[in-house]
Amino acid sequence: MAGRFRRTLATVRSTGAVPRWLLYIGGATVLVFTLVALAAPLIAPYDFDQYRSDGTRFPKLGHPSGDHPFGTTVQSLDVLSRVIWGARTALEVVVLAVVFSLIIGVALGLISGFVGGWLDRVLVLLMDALFAFPYLLLAIVLSFLLSDAIGSGVVTTALAITVVYVPQYFRVVRGSTMSARELPYVEAARVIGAKPRTIIVRYLLANVVQSVPVVATLNAGDAILTLAGLGFLGYGIQPTEAAEWGYDLQRAVSDANAGIWWTALYPGLAITVLVVALTILGEGLNEVLNPTLRRRRAFAFLLPGRSASTQAPVLAAKEPR
Amino acid sequence: MTVLDVRGLRVWYGSSRGPVRAVDGVDLAIGAGEVVGLVGESGSGKSTLGKGLLGLLPDGAQMDGDVTLRGEPVDARELRRRRGSEVGLVFQEPMTRLDPLMRISEHFTELLKVHDPGVSKAQREKRALAALRDVGIPPSRYQQYPHEFSGGMRQRIMVALTLVLRPALVIADEPTTALDVLVEGQILAMLSELRVTYQMALLLITHDLGVVAETCDRVAVMYAGRIVEQGDVRTVFRDPSHPYTRELLRSTISLATSELHSIGGAPPDLVDPPSGCRFHPRCPDVMPICSSQDPLTSRLADGRRVECWLRGSRVDAR
Amino acid sequence: MGAVRSGSLARYIGTRLLLAIPMVWILLTMVFVLMRVAPGDPVSAALGARLSADQLAERRAAAGFDAPILQQYWDFLGHIVRLDFGRTLTDNRPVTDIIVENGGATLTLTLAAVILAVLFGLPMGLHAGRRRDKPDDIVIRLFGILTFAAPVFFVGLLFQLFFGKALGWLPTSGQASPVVQATVETKTHILLLDTIIAGDGEATGDVLKHLVLPAVTLGLLTLGVLVRMTRVNVIQTLGSDYVESARARGIPDRTVVVRHALRNALVPVITVMGLQAALLLGGAVLTEQTFNWPGIGNQLVDYLNNRDYTAVQGIITFFALVVVLISLLIDIINALVDPRIRY
Repeated sequence: MAGRFRRTLATVRSTGAVPRWLLYIGGATVLVFTLVALAAPLIAPYDFDQYRSDGTRFPKLGHPSGDHPFGTTVQSLDVLSRVIWGARTALEVVVLAVVFSLIIGVALGLISGFVGGWLDRVLVLLMDALFAFPYLLLAIVLSFLLSDAIGSGVVTTALAITVVYVPQYFRVVRGSTMSARELPYVEAARVIGAKPRTIIVRYLLANVVQSVPVVATLNAGDAILTLAGLGFLGYGIQPTEAAEWGYDLQRAVSDANAGIWWTALYPGLAITVLVVALTILGEGLNEVLNPTLRRRRAFAFLLPGRSASTQAPVLAAKEPR
Repeated sequence: MTVLDVRGLRVWYGSSRGPVRAVDGVDLAIGAGEVVGLVGESGSGKSTLGKGLLGLLPDGAQMDGDVTLRGEPVDARELRRRRGSEVGLVFQEPMTRLDPLMRISEHFTELLKVHDPGVSKAQREKRALAALRDVGIPPSRYQQYPHEFSGGMRQRIMVALTLVLRPALVIADEPTTALDVLVEGQILAMLSELRVTYQMALLLITHDLGVVAETCDRVAVMYAGRIVEQGDVRTVFRDPSHPYTRELLRSTISLATSELHSIGGAPPDLVDPPSGCRFHPRCPDVMPICSSQDPLTSRLADGRRVECWLRGSRVDAR
Repeated sequence: MGAVRSGSLARYIGTRLLLAIPMVWILLTMVFVLMRVAPGDPVSAALGARLSADQLAERRAAAGFDAPILQQYWDFLGHIVRLDFGRTLTDNRPVTDIIVENGGATLTLTLAAVILAVLFGLPMGLHAGRRRDKPDDIVIRLFGILTFAAPVFFVGLLFQLFFGKALGWLPTSGQASPVVQATVETKTHILLLDTIIAGDGEATGDVLKHLVLPAVTLGLLTLGVLVRMTRVNVIQTLGSDYVESARARGIPDRTVVVRHALRNALVPVITVMGLQAALLLGGAVLTEQTFNWPGIGNQLVDYLNNRDYTAVQGIITFFALVVVLISLLIDIINALVDPRIRY
């Protein structure tokens, strides 16, 4: 384990300076957002639905000021607090959605890859269809239906988003399983009567370990956009349940028409920065974990003067020419 | 007349451990119509040398030395300008060398338009079909795509694409390594035949000494970025004067071979090559001077050039 | 020989069409199942507050909701085959009408976005790929990531604030000024075309002005993906053997880059852009909502809010068919470009 980690670190160092820095910056930003989300109750000046303090109502659409550095909304909510609480909501939904789709996708992929036959074909067709479907619409329809069935909330929204990402994990795991079954040493194990399962499981783990972090990181970024899109259309977290950036942006549309910028800017920036960070983290991981994408750095050097390298000066004088 | 004259050519490229001296001070001359074999182990720098002569260098590589092409001194930029028209290159792996989206005809049209812009369409087609005929591709296949041809056929097409411009020098970088033995023979026979028809000089890069014996007039043996021995093929093969050439010849399998012979040790590290003669750590005839001083280039009576302290005593002034 | 080639192309397209049928069937079944597993009765969900029990039952029968579920499924498939997407529950309007009347606006928006994305995305991706890891590559890559990461509605809002409000250059809502909407005669349901047919230059200008911000907003979303895909694939083709060979034959750099590297890079790019159709349609719904653009997506959101199941089902079905159609088109284009696919 320690050896594996050291090797990964070594590959991080040997990749180019640019991907390495992208990895660091992306990772650090994601970390900051996670800490903010976890510590929201400590950091946020107010509650996400708090519109008054000490008996006085906050200003309506108040400019950014000392009390409300990011201003207030039309409902007199503090924008800074909503942005901070929104990070918490995003983290909850995204972690749930990624974990759900990972579990379902990996399970289905393993079944499909191991069992094969008609079950595999049906699952592949279904997953292809899910994959081809405009995914925002899929999430909308699902949260529309789910909210009728089990009520809205973080779990409902996470479930709606989950379905969108299941096919990707399914594909990765199914593909690895299929190729694991064809491996020469698995064949060899089968020939000598050994159980190939241990080998397959090891191979799978190695493969999944290589591709899943990348897919999961990129999906997390995508899931945040889907969550915000749902919120923007009114199908995500309801305003009474938690603060959600997409919903805040929907409310900001009418503000924008009146020339008010702070209600749109801060939640929008929060989404953008977090998704950028997740994307470059994912791409950086990809370059580190997939050696095929890496390329040897071009190292600069100075070509020394000719005599110095080809012939020792003493002999050069004697050279018969 | 000398087609190509190279003096002190160096091609280095960067790596994490420092510059790699892939080609490090090479002298080589090729006469008109001559076939020169360039042999050596993999990693000896022979491919880098071949590509360097067209100015085809990897990112961050540097090249220097004096190169004269048909009597005119040229730099790397000028070499790039003369690619195709004066120096042609046939690569090792033919399967991936043609643009998969372009018909064979389009490859020729593009090439001829670039190099002979004034020529009419009919004239272009005539020249292309003639070149294809010379390599044994029937005109009926002119409009086909690369994926419709086998590896051997594709290599023939690559040769036709090189010859159609009638370059004075063709460099063939292990042109048959990726092909099966039967096709290899056909392609080599075709190359030596066409060399006469097209009046071109041929630099054949290979690790196969048998191929050199069959097809070449002269041979240059490369070791660790330097040419250690060059001269007439028969002379060199009959009586190798550099220990490396001798060991290389002993390690090839022939009908007379009763046991396999291999050269001890591994090819040297080109980032930090051995001091003095680069072959000294593996040389059976190593002497104390070999590790401390670079060997002299000696010219033997039969016109051979050897870089070895063993021959140092027989140095004659030119 | 030509006949042989075009024959295999036709065969390829035929096979591809046949393969699309099970895909369409699965998508339709998925939509149907999704809409039916929802608990409760769609008719009362949509109209329960407004109509009496008798009227509701009548509506239920009219919409076919009282039939056995397999019968409903069969009818649904039968209608789709005849391009009948059903009627809305709330205002009893054929969904086909919505598609015809609002489709023009969506088509204008998405086409303009795609054109913008290709026009700027391809050269940017190509440049970045050629200058890998140089400062301009890093800037272009970050720009690509940024356009992908910023939600369309946020970009739209920023544009509205900046170009609409602060500078006052461009309109921020709707497809045209009310005057133009009212006066231009509807012929094609594509407002831009209608104003051109009417020969009303001022109206055309007005429509184009309204188009700028939404099209750029949606275009940026596609642009990011296009830039990234082009860059990655150009890097690969630039390192390919056939590019090196072309260089060795003395083909000039420009030709090598454009004819060999870029053209070969486009094959996978086109495929991925086909998959992005789903992203584009999702983005269109959001953009239409942001700019109050009278397209199908805007209608979808309205019907969703009114809990009109049949309208949602019809529109979603239509979107699903569009996605299948686009992927079919993409495959045919790829077969035309890449001879290896045809065989």
